[in-house]
Amino acid sequence: MGMALLEVRDLSVVFRRRGEEPTIAVDNISFDVEPGQTVGLVGESGCGKSVTSLAIMGLLPSRGAEVSGSVTFEGKELLGLSQRQLDERRGRDLGMVFQDPLSSLNPVVPIGVQIAEVLERHRKLSRKDANAEAAELLNRVGIPDPNRRLDEYPHQLSGGMRQRALIAIALACRPRLLIADEPTTALDVTIQAQILSLLAELVSGTDTALIMITHDLGVVAGLCDEVNVMYGGRIVERAQRHALFAEPRHPYTHGLLASIPRLDAPRGEKLVPIRGSVVDNIAWSRGCAFAPRCPNQLEQCWTDPPELVEDRGGMLRCHNPVEVAPLAAEGAR
Amino acid sequence: MSDALVTIEDLKIHFPIKRGIVLDRTIGYVYAVDGVDLRIERGATYGLVGESGCGKTTLGRGLLRLVEPTGGRVVFDGTDLSTLKGEQLRTIRRRMQMVFQDPLSSLDPRQSVESLLVEGMRAHGLDKGKQQTHQRLKELLAAVGLPENALRKYPHEFSGGQRQRIGIARALAVEPDLIVADEPVSALDVSVQAQVLNLLEELQDEFGLTYLVIAHDLAVVRHISDRIGVMYLGSLVEEASSDELYQEPLHPYTKALLSAIPVPDPVVEDNREQILLAGDLPSPAAPPSGCRFHTRCPWRQETLCDTDRPALREIGEGHRVACHYAEDILAGRISPHEVEPEVVQPDIVVS
Ligand SMILES: Nc1ncnc2c1ncn2[C@@H]1O[C@H](COP(=O)(O)OP(=O)(O)OP(=O)(O)O)[C@@H](O)[C@H]1O
Ligand SMILES: Nc1ncnc2c1ncn2[C@@H]1O[C@H](COP(=O)(O)OP(=O)(O)O)[C@@H](O)[C@H]1O
Ligand code: SF4
Ligand code: SF4
Ligand SMILES: [Mg+2]
Ligand SMILES: [Mg+2]
Repeated sequence: MGMALLEVRDLSVVFRRRGEEPTIAVDNISFDVEPGQTVGLVGESGCGKSVTSLAIMGLLPSRGAEVSGSVTFEGKELLGLSQRQLDERRGRDLGMVFQDPLSSLNPVVPIGVQIAEVLERHRKLSRKDANAEAAELLNRVGIPDPNRRLDEYPHQLSGGMRQRALIAIALACRPRLLIADEPTTALDVTIQAQILSLLAELVSGTDTALIMITHDLGVVAGLCDEVNVMYGGRIVERAQRHALFAEPRHPYTHGLLASIPRLDAPRGEKLVPIRGSVVDNIAWSRGCAFAPRCPNQLEQCWTDPPELVEDRGGMLRCHNPVEVAPLAAEGAR
Repeated sequence: MSDALVTIEDLKIHFPIKRGIVLDRTIGYVYAVDGVDLRIERGATYGLVGESGCGKTTLGRGLLRLVEPTGGRVVFDGTDLSTLKGEQLRTIRRRMQMVFQDPLSSLDPRQSVESLLVEGMRAHGLDKGKQQTHQRLKELLAAVGLPENALRKYPHEFSGGQRQRIGIARALAVEPDLIVADEPVSALDVSVQAQVLNLLEELQDEFGLTYLVIAHDLAVVRHISDRIGVMYLGSLVEEASSDELYQEPLHPYTKALLSAIPVPDPVVEDNREQILLAGDLPSPAAPPSGCRFHTRCPWRQETLCDTDRPALREIGEGHRVACHYAEDILAGRISPHEVEPEVVQPDIVVS
């Protein structure tokens, strides 16, 4: 098997605060990202999506957050790098786009300067070339009249334009991997459509890989090659996007899909909610965290933590998965 | 025969933009709601969708007269609210309740659930003796699916979905006819949204409630509403039954909105024809001339669009649209074209 662009192995993040129970935010996560691939991480709030991405980028606070496992990029370990080495990596190979562009841009520095700085530092361009390239980048992410925008400050841009500017900064170093954490959650739906189509356009046909983090299964359905569904800090299901939506195997994935109102569903179709909420979860060390909410639960689920095992070409963590038609015909081919 | 519980006629709510040291100089207006006509049938659910800042919340607040309209009328069950004052207004307000987006910030953290629920009942004289009130509280909790021991707890002790149930119970406590629900599920986890949507539907059946549901998520609105109004920059651009709006959107903005919503189905996603709108949403403090959508409209024509504001007019039964060229677009006589994106600076004014 060849080497993936990014290999995440047994990644765990535990937050410890004095006088408090430790929070296991990310619990033994493993996944690969191949060059040019778009990989989704989905799950509801608090399931560990952002912490996973921050751990990969080396952006977690060194105090209080205990990171273990391994994250290799082109075979080189990222965990445990010094701040300086990480800076280098982040500038050159990894770009990140966050949910809230305003708080990730420097409010007192014009957009153009923020992009040019990255170009000067990491691509060693002259000031003049950096400025020209910055305008070109703004143009590429669809910001009209880019030369004028270079001198503007983040607060002078709308939410959608700020997100574009942030994507321009992330792209400045031609990263091999882009991580987007809920990049459109704060945006209006027509603006979300613009940004999603921009991201898709930027990665399609190139070998830039994308990790798309979102709570919105709709976003994943249109964009990702492979999808990881997270629950309570663990991956509970992984599948190619068509397989995942056509035949979800994990009761949580299945439940989510049945509970979302679909724009194209016939009116009057009943939603089937998942009972309870994440506060009902039990610890993974005891059994399946989802057991208190799961319609498929067995006795075993309360005492025996399910492992992530291969299932129909993907991965699944469940003792009693949702039944689907056998794969026989596919497998024979 | 239709029977309207609420009729809104040419409602306008403009907020002055103040400048100067003592904020005494009005330098302009935010046209938050700028001429809206709609009616909500008794026992039905009217859904209001639109992007941020288009005036949905302000319209809801204007309906309940939580904000003073600049112009127009709101008629509730035959009574023109603008003619009411003081005690009369207070009395009729009992019949119209609001449920908010963020249940935590709309519930006083220092009050127990019991005191939150009793407060409104007491204010409207529905608190008739200990025994009866206790019985009523039990019914309310059962109706919204909370355990009885919830009464002695405080809002922070509940999950988001449970807090929204408390917000709904508080609205129900005073036996309203109309509930205005402003983004009732958008702060909730996806897996919990369906619980609250189903609850709203059950309560409507049980108590014959009328709803105005405000949300930016058209899939949510379409699921729960009988009729839907689409707002853009302070006015309605289209209104139709929930099915009709989805099957035959007439306004270019509605078309774009529908095509922008991701559907959790790769087969649908792979085949979708998306109408990507160029540019930003203009500011409601400086709305474009003529048709307010003309700066982003892929069907914009040389005449009328930039100069004349289209009225909301009926095309086909129960289907209203505010576009000069709706018939031509429907018949395919004019086709969409590229639009130069316009950049809009965000408002410096904060609400
Ligand atoms: N009290 C106020 N004073 C001044 N401007 C206001 C006030 N309330 C609202 N506005 C402005 O009126 C416009 C419409 O606001 P409104 O809250 O009704 O929008 P909305 O459609 O509910 O948006 P969202 O989806 O973000 O909730 C906005 O530009 C807003 O900033
Ligand atoms: N800096 C931190 N300190 C302590 N706990 C944290 C911190 N950041 C995140 N957590 C916790 O880790 C878990 C996962 O959070 P996060 O990755 O942000 O979830 P999401 O999937 O919504 O992005 C949550 O329980 C959250 O409260
Ligand atoms: S392991 Fe058991 S409780 Fe967990 S998802 Fe599977 S069936 Fe449900
Ligand atoms: S009136 Fe003109 S600009 Fe407005 S929606 Fe219709 S075609 Fe577009
Ligand atoms: Mg997050
Ligand atoms: Mg609002």
